[in-house]
Amino acid sequence: MYNPQLNNDGTLKHLLSIEGLPKKTLLQILDTAESFVGVAERDVKKVPLLRGKTVCNIFFENSTRTRTTFEIAAKRLSADVINLNVNTSSQSKGEAILDTINNLIAMHTDMFVVRHNQSGAAHLIAQHVPDNISVVNAGDGRHSHPTQGLLDVFTIRRYKPEMHNLRVALVGDILHSRVARSEIHALTTLGVPEVRVIAPKTLLPNEVEKLGVHVFHDMEAGLKDVDVVMMLRLQNERMSGAMLPSTQEFFKTYGLTPEKLSLAKPDAIVMHPGPMNRGVEIDSRVADSSQAVILPQVTYGIAIRMAAMAILAGGAA
Amino acid sequence: MKILIKNGHVIDPKNDIDAKQDVYIVAGKIAGIGKAPADFSANQTIDATGLIVSPGFVDLCARLREPGDEYKATLESELHAAAAGGITSLSCPPDTDPVLDEPGLIEMLKQRARKHNLARIYPLGALTQKLEGKTLTEMCELSEAGCAGFTQADKPILDTQVLWRAFEYAATFGYTVFLRPEEYFLTKEGVAHDGEVASRLGLKGIPSAAESLMIASILRIAAETKTNIHFCRLSSADAVELVREAKNNGITVTADVSVHHLHLTEHDIAFFNTHAHIKPPLRTLRDKEALCQGLMDGTIDAICSDHTPVDDDAKLVPFAEAEAGATGLELLLPLTLKWANNHQSALFNAISKITIEPATILGISSGHLSVGANADLTIFSPESAWVVNTSSITSQGKNTPFLNTEMLGKVHCTFLNGHITYQAN
Repeated sequence: MYNPQLNNDGTLKHLLSIEGLPKKTLLQILDTAESFVGVAERDVKKVPLLRGKTVCNIFFENSTRTRTTFEIAAKRLSADVINLNVNTSSQSKGEAILDTINNLIAMHTDMFVVRHNQSGAAHLIAQHVPDNISVVNAGDGRHSHPTQGLLDVFTIRRYKPEMHNLRVALVGDILHSRVARSEIHALTTLGVPEVRVIAPKTLLPNEVEKLGVHVFHDMEAGLKDVDVVMMLRLQNERMSGAMLPSTQEFFKTYGLTPEKLSLAKPDAIVMHPGPMNRGVEIDSRVADSSQAVILPQVTYGIAIRMAAMAILAGGAA
Repeated sequence: MKILIKNGHVIDPKNDIDAKQDVYIVAGKIAGIGKAPADFSANQTIDATGLIVSPGFVDLCARLREPGDEYKATLESELHAAAAGGITSLSCPPDTDPVLDEPGLIEMLKQRARKHNLARIYPLGALTQKLEGKTLTEMCELSEAGCAGFTQADKPILDTQVLWRAFEYAATFGYTVFLRPEEYFLTKEGVAHDGEVASRLGLKGIPSAAESLMIASILRIAAETKTNIHFCRLSSADAVELVREAKNNGITVTADVSVHHLHLTEHDIAFFNTHAHIKPPLRTLRDKEALCQGLMDGTIDAICSDHTPVDDDAKLVPFAEAEAGATGLELLLPLTLKWANNHQSALFNAISKITIEPATILGISSGHLSVGANADLTIFSPESAWVVNTSSITSQGKNTPFLNTEMLGKVHCTFLNGHITYQAN
């Protein structure tokens, strides 16, 4: 089947979603990222792999963390970086996405890092750009956030190297979460035998089990004996209404407290893609505990993004 | 003018003709089939050896984009496309700008179509003013101006009281109400079937229940008010089952399906292919099979093109933002034949789904080759292959999920009132 992310020889052309990428490509990115973890600890935090290349971060949707880590990653690879927050400039003037992209192509950009609030936006751009330009999806609607999925499995692999022997639970708003979709594909592709999703029915996509996950509505049952708990952010606009009655009730039923976490394995790790809503999906006592690996996720995010960009630019094995 | 179409295989489901016959046309009317009228000497003879001669096709849903959306297509461009697709009569929905809710607009449209003289058009009038679902339109006046029935196009009537009254009023005068059944709140903002593909791609889903719930409500109100109902473009197995049950219970109801839903499923969205963004959404394989089967057993009466020309720019955007719809006039024949082939349906049966069946639903006198009828007919080759692409499509809308697909079934010649409106080179 046609795969828009791969060249004919199977090498990575764009990074648009985890789904559709073979295990060996995921491992290549993870292994390359390992070699970049050390770069940040050096005095000179730079490698010359993208020297002379121009990376354009186009954010059609607000982001602080993702945009910053992409920027740092590109700079550590010695690229020239342009940041564009389009939601505050031309899009509000009604310019079509592809017109914005065409202008940036005309400025000889080598790589686009794109975030957009519509599912499929990165695919649209990837289909449109000339052959010598790569597109990295930094989040499209509810669809995909591949570098987040990769940095999450990278983090898991660092703490729990035996991936083929893990039980992982994703908790919260699966329906609207591109992070959840990317994590699910990354985990199943890498051979994690049991991936669980824990959420009320209103926050689960239809036929989610076809993605290869076990569905739980009861958090106590879902957390039983898991090795990894991945919490998801609950967006403000979904905290009350027809999806959920209130944040209090959500916290009571699906918030991760030390009591609920005690049902998982004693050495279970807790993850969160950030930004966290303390007291909504996660209790501060858990977020700040020794089991939480939330800040290492951010650190590893830079290494993963460096690896993805280096591989796309052809500068890493 | 006397025309002889000789040596063709005539298929006319209404008159139960399925045989090699000559067709005689005199002064724009059918003058004889198989038997020359007295004193007939042809001014023009067309050799249809190896070809099928059928009534001109009747399409229940084609958007012509006039008035208001001439940027996407014009009456002229789309009537040429209809002729190229072998279509001689078509019905267009009122969701234009302005909405077809006034007799003057209907008259204008009909008059302009008559001037082009490429196909007969039968507009559906708006059931409520501006399609807002609040106030009834002047249905009698609209009917006199030429409306074949009334519809809400893709717009809802949220107030059940208004829906009820609209049915009662239409039923008073025996007008047929054409509705695409869709529960508004379950559909709102949805862009794809609420299933595996939408869940994977992160697209907001439209459950099949949005359709079946509405069908159940409409059938109930139609039974209470004794209204003739036609369901437009069914999309799900549950919908087919509800209509089948209603027909078995003797309720007067008809239904159609679009060519797209007979051949495509949610999986054709693949990587956000905006050409597969269609209303109602493409659903599962099981739904597709049920629609094909429903057509086979007569639960679904007719096939329509659901022709919706969309300009490139409106499709070159993220999936959910793309304008829904696909071009269809020229695919009606090949996709109908493809359905017939896949389901071992006789050509005779397939042709009835795009001729006499839709004509009967619209209450018009087209769709057959009875002696004395208007000489609207299509000569086609069911086996000729062609490839769908931007140059082979006449319509201004080149938007179709079948782009670069090979089709079997090619129109050679289309007649309207005994004059040629399209001839393949």
